[in-house]
Amino acid sequence: MKRYTGYLLSLLIFLLLIGLSWAGWLDSYTQLVFMFMGVNIILSTSLNLVNGYMGEFSCGHAGFMAVGAYVTSLLTVWFFTPGSIFGPNLLSPQWALILFPFLLLIGGLAAALAGLMVAIPSFRTRGDYLAIITLAANYIIKSAIENIQIIGGARGFMGMKRVINGMENFLNLPWMMIWIGFFVFFSILMIHRLVTSTYGKGILAIREDEIAAEIMGVNTRKTKMIAFMLSSGLAGIAGGLFAHILGYINPGSFTIMKSTEALVMVYLGGMGSLSGSVLSAILLTLMLELLRPLQVFKWVVVPLILFLLMLFRPEGLLGHRELTDVFPSLRRFFRNNEGG
Amino acid sequence: MFEIRSLTHSFGGLKAVSNFNLLLEGGEMVGLIGPNGAGKTTVFNLICGIYQPTQGEIQMHGKNIIGLLPHQVTARGIARTFQNIRLWPNLTVLDNLRIAQHYDLGYGLLDVFFQTYRFSDSEKKIKLTAKKMLTIMRLQKYASELTKNLPYGLKRRVEIARALMTQPRLLLLDEPAAGMNLQEKDDLIELIRWIRKEFHLTIWIIEHEMRLVMSLCEFIQVLNFGETIAQGTPKEIQNNPQVIEAYLGKEED
Repeated sequence: MKRYTGYLLSLLIFLLLIGLSWAGWLDSYTQLVFMFMGVNIILSTSLNLVNGYMGEFSCGHAGFMAVGAYVTSLLTVWFFTPGSIFGPNLLSPQWALILFPFLLLIGGLAAALAGLMVAIPSFRTRGDYLAIITLAANYIIKSAIENIQIIGGARGFMGMKRVINGMENFLNLPWMMIWIGFFVFFSILMIHRLVTSTYGKGILAIREDEIAAEIMGVNTRKTKMIAFMLSSGLAGIAGGLFAHILGYINPGSFTIMKSTEALVMVYLGGMGSLSGSVLSAILLTLMLELLRPLQVFKWVVVPLILFLLMLFRPEGLLGHRELTDVFPSLRRFFRNNEGG
Repeated sequence: MFEIRSLTHSFGGLKAVSNFNLLLEGGEMVGLIGPNGAGKTTVFNLICGIYQPTQGEIQMHGKNIIGLLPHQVTARGIARTFQNIRLWPNLTVLDNLRIAQHYDLGYGLLDVFFQTYRFSDSEKKIKLTAKKMLTIMRLQKYASELTKNLPYGLKRRVEIARALMTQPRLLLLDEPAAGMNLQEKDDLIELIRWIRKEFHLTIWIIEHEMRLVMSLCEFIQVLNFGETIAQGTPKEIQNNPQVIEAYLGKEED
């Protein structure tokens, strides 16, 4: 029973959100906030895999998000809508219902391949030097997109709204909400399963002492590759979802600012804490919305919070612990994968 | 079983190890001693694949191991401990022992994501093997302790246990007694003796602590400035004038 309560709870929240949006009890603004929350959860948990669990400092997460966003958007627009770039649509719009998640996965796969740009240098270098490489990767991706005129260059790319509208016209359900919910669940589950397995604990061993890990039989190259590719792949999926929420993307949305936002969420929640990352993604999204009346001053207040956090609680809200460690009574409801 | 032939390694112009030879049939306990900076740890690093030797051969079970990555060397049955203990400090003792079974997990990445039967079965085995080792090494009550919180002597014990998890045939101990008090050293001597019998291991120890080497090893080599200046039984080494000179300096007439 214990084994399934976690799943049941997520399913309940998921159905509740979908039901409320479908019935129209959540206005479109609230829906939008929930959807950004979902995207941010994927971003922060996936970045935590590299920064928290593996102990590297990746500050180019938005770059991989951009790859996923562009690849998925190009595919959906090419397949399901007529347009100036690709000509008439290849498939009728209702196919989007079935194919959309697969196209997101393809976007994720492309982002994972882009992740190799960081993974391969990580065999030879680490720490600050690798951080610079991740930064460079972010810039390379952004500038490359800016210079490909056929996909809009710096002007950006649009048309994704019509794909979503196509789905909703065919079957009136809040599709974006559904897919975001699904992929949030999917990415948390994947990361959780990885880092609690002996296989994935190799990632933690690299953080703790890389040479010892290598000598004790951990294939550090393969392990780093898995961590970087999974992290960037999930960021790509988040990017694909982000693009389809907004319906419009431009390279300017995937700058170092976006990467920093993801970093803030990881550090706010706590390194190496999955529930911390989820919590902080929710908190930060809410905070940014609540502080909206402050307009530009928002970007004074939010960094100030980070400032105070680093001074008084540098390990973040949860820091290397999960919610079940902080509130042991929660263990009654969730299966503890660690015990044996 | 294990053979090193004319192993040489230089850092730039400096010869850290030159023309080092060793043949182990299996089951021995041998020692490598020498003053600080004599190149002892470099020999271990060359074996483990951290450095690539300039010259020479290293063979395990008749197969060359030079050029392999460290984790591949581990898979061939060579494990080691470090001079300055290198456990994974923020992981539990049990996790330290679990991770050391990475050389043969019995499942792949997809098994992790889909939590297949093969995954849960192998994970169960991995945990069981780790727990058995904890019991054997009398560490069971520290299983869920973070290794950084353990006292020094126990850390050593955990590190040896972790090395044993990789199922080695040859165990390399790099100054296992460093930083230990007399009581801890005595315990360590007992432990090493007992491990050798229990696991039928070949053990090779680098050590400064003479009493430990002399009482444990059947065969000792002495390095000085990368050169093997003497080798033989503990008795022969103790009376070798070159060794005395290397350690204590030359006697004035």
